[in-house]
Amino acid sequence: MQHLDGNVLAGPASELFPSEPTTTRGQCLSCSDIATLAQAMVYGAPMGYVVRCRGCDGVLVVITEHDGQTTVNMHSLRLLSEL
Amino acid sequence: MAIFGGRRRNDNPNLPPGQHLTESFPVLSAGPTPSISADDWEFSIRTEGGDIHRWSWQELLALPAEDVTVDIHCVTSWSKLGTGWRGVSLDTLFADVDTGLDYVMAHSYGGYTTNLPLEEVLEGRAWIAYEYDGEPLDPEHGGPARLLVPHLYFWKSAKWVRGLVMQDDDYPGFWEENGYHLHGDPWREERYA
Amino acid sequence: MRRPPVGWFTGSLVRATSLTDSARSLTFSVPGWPGNLAGQHVDLRLTASDGYQATRSYSIASVGPDTDVELAVERLPDGEVSPFLVDDLEVGDSVELRGPLGGWFVWRPEHPEPVQLIAGGSGVVPLLAMTRAHTDARSTVPMQLLYSLRTPEDALYRDELQQRSSTTPTTWHYTRTVPPGWTRAAGRLTPDDLRSATLPPERGPLTFVCGPTGFVETVARGLIDLGHQPDSIRTERFGGI
Ligand SMILES: Cc1cc2nc3c(=O)[nH]c(=O)nc-3n(C[C@H](O)[C@H](O)[C@H](O)COP(=O)(O)OP(=O)(O)OC[C@H]3O[C@@H](n4cnc5c(N)ncnc54)[C@H](O)[C@@H]3O)c2cc1C
Ligand SMILES: [Zn+2]
Repeated sequence: MQHLDGNVLAGPASELFPSEPTTTRGQCLSCSDIATLAQAMVYGAPMGYVVRCRGCDGVLVVITEHDGQTTVNMHSLRLLSEL
Repeated sequence: MAIFGGRRRNDNPNLPPGQHLTESFPVLSAGPTPSISADDWEFSIRTEGGDIHRWSWQELLALPAEDVTVDIHCVTSWSKLGTGWRGVSLDTLFADVDTGLDYVMAHSYGGYTTNLPLEEVLEGRAWIAYEYDGEPLDPEHGGPARLLVPHLYFWKSAKWVRGLVMQDDDYPGFWEENGYHLHGDPWREERYA
Repeated sequence: MRRPPVGWFTGSLVRATSLTDSARSLTFSVPGWPGNLAGQHVDLRLTASDGYQATRSYSIASVGPDTDVELAVERLPDGEVSPFLVDDLEVGDSVELRGPLGGWFVWRPEHPEPVQLIAGGSGVVPLLAMTRAHTDARSTVPMQLLYSLRTPEDALYRDELQQRSSTTPTTWHYTRTVPPGWTRAAGRLTPDDLRSATLPPERGPLTFVCGPTGFVETVARGLIDLGHQPDSIRTERFGGI
């Protein structure tokens, strides 16, 4: 399947983010780009969600779900405040 | 009432538990498809001593190739039986490699990694494959060349493989770091850690 | 944005109508549903008798506080979930729905900018919801839709969109087959099509693009080439093979 974007994370990330995930802004620690989570690119479904920077393709965060458990692995993302 | 069955039918003895057959070839990638020209392509094996064994595209093609027909099993539950590949056995590539370590980390163009025990990629169990179904391997399926380790879940068969680095322990690769099983045997359903 | 309550709900199918040969509108009654904004989606989960579960995202065609939630699903031939929803699910059957989801790919009547909507295929669903919200709010903000389809038979909600043409006009674009008498030949959406059928950057529009991933990326690149600011373009990718 072709990649998706961060909109698809709204459900899977809803329990992990204090606020609405897709409007949450973050900064890529590799290229400094600032964007909302919705604007990130999402690869790897259905194994997991590999969230990549729209600017440099670097891995920002990886989210996997199994047995009703959601795991978030932060790679290269600094979370900023909401819009 | 409509009953949802999902794509999970297992009446074929060649299917590991929890798998279903597919005729198509679904694509699953952890990142964008890298474009690597044959001129720039290189494959290497690096050992603990820092020795690096390298092969250019031409050198890879000049090695004895094997045609193999194998079943492949993706952890997302599809399996494909009797797939045909052409490539170079890792036994051939390891022939002159001297190492005392028991594990390898496969690295790909684009940054993907996956870990494997050395003994599971030797003795005719793994290849660097560059043809699928008689055609050059499609970039979306890992071309120019991918690792092929069909007895493990297909995420171990790293697409766009660039090299193997010997390691002293079974350190996790990309998916293994994110909750997937270090080993990944489909017959034992080693999906998650 | 205030965090909307998100949870799993049980939805029972109360209405189903076929939209085309391959697409169906499904309305679920969802007790406890908090209502939703235009552009939001749900995660729909199906459970097989052996406990196996499959979850997919679907945009919500309906808007507002109502506890009836309308989705529109297009059948993918080898798909696991969409053929079941389009061909098998019966009125009275239940599914699980998580939502309402998303806050970025959302249009609110308070947005002051003129709005350009660009849909490819079933990507029209969240954009249809935006035209419905525009109508419900009696908004005077300019809003128009460019809808790209393979053939005239693939159109979802054609009648409704045409009825709304005086307030939110639709430009139809066909990539494979055109209706009889159509002046433009079938073909891909070109930069010229984009220029002539969308609000120009000078008007400072907010542009929403939704559809298969390839379509969204081509259109977004085209818009940037036309001089639109990247941050004025909001995209939602449905995937695709
Ligand atoms: C935010 C968002 C909103 C969306 N909104 C809508 C909407 O409003 N309406 C709508 O119709 N769609 C929408 N989609 C798309 C929807 O979520 C599904 O992707 C779509 O319905 C296909 O699901 P499926 O289970 O039928 O297909 P899948 O089973 O997911 O397969 C998709 C394709 O990949 C291939 N494939 C994948 N896995 C396998 C496998 N294991 N074996 C064999 N083949 C395989 C198949 O050939 C198939 O055609 C949306 C997507 C997103 C991300
Ligand atoms: Zn970056």
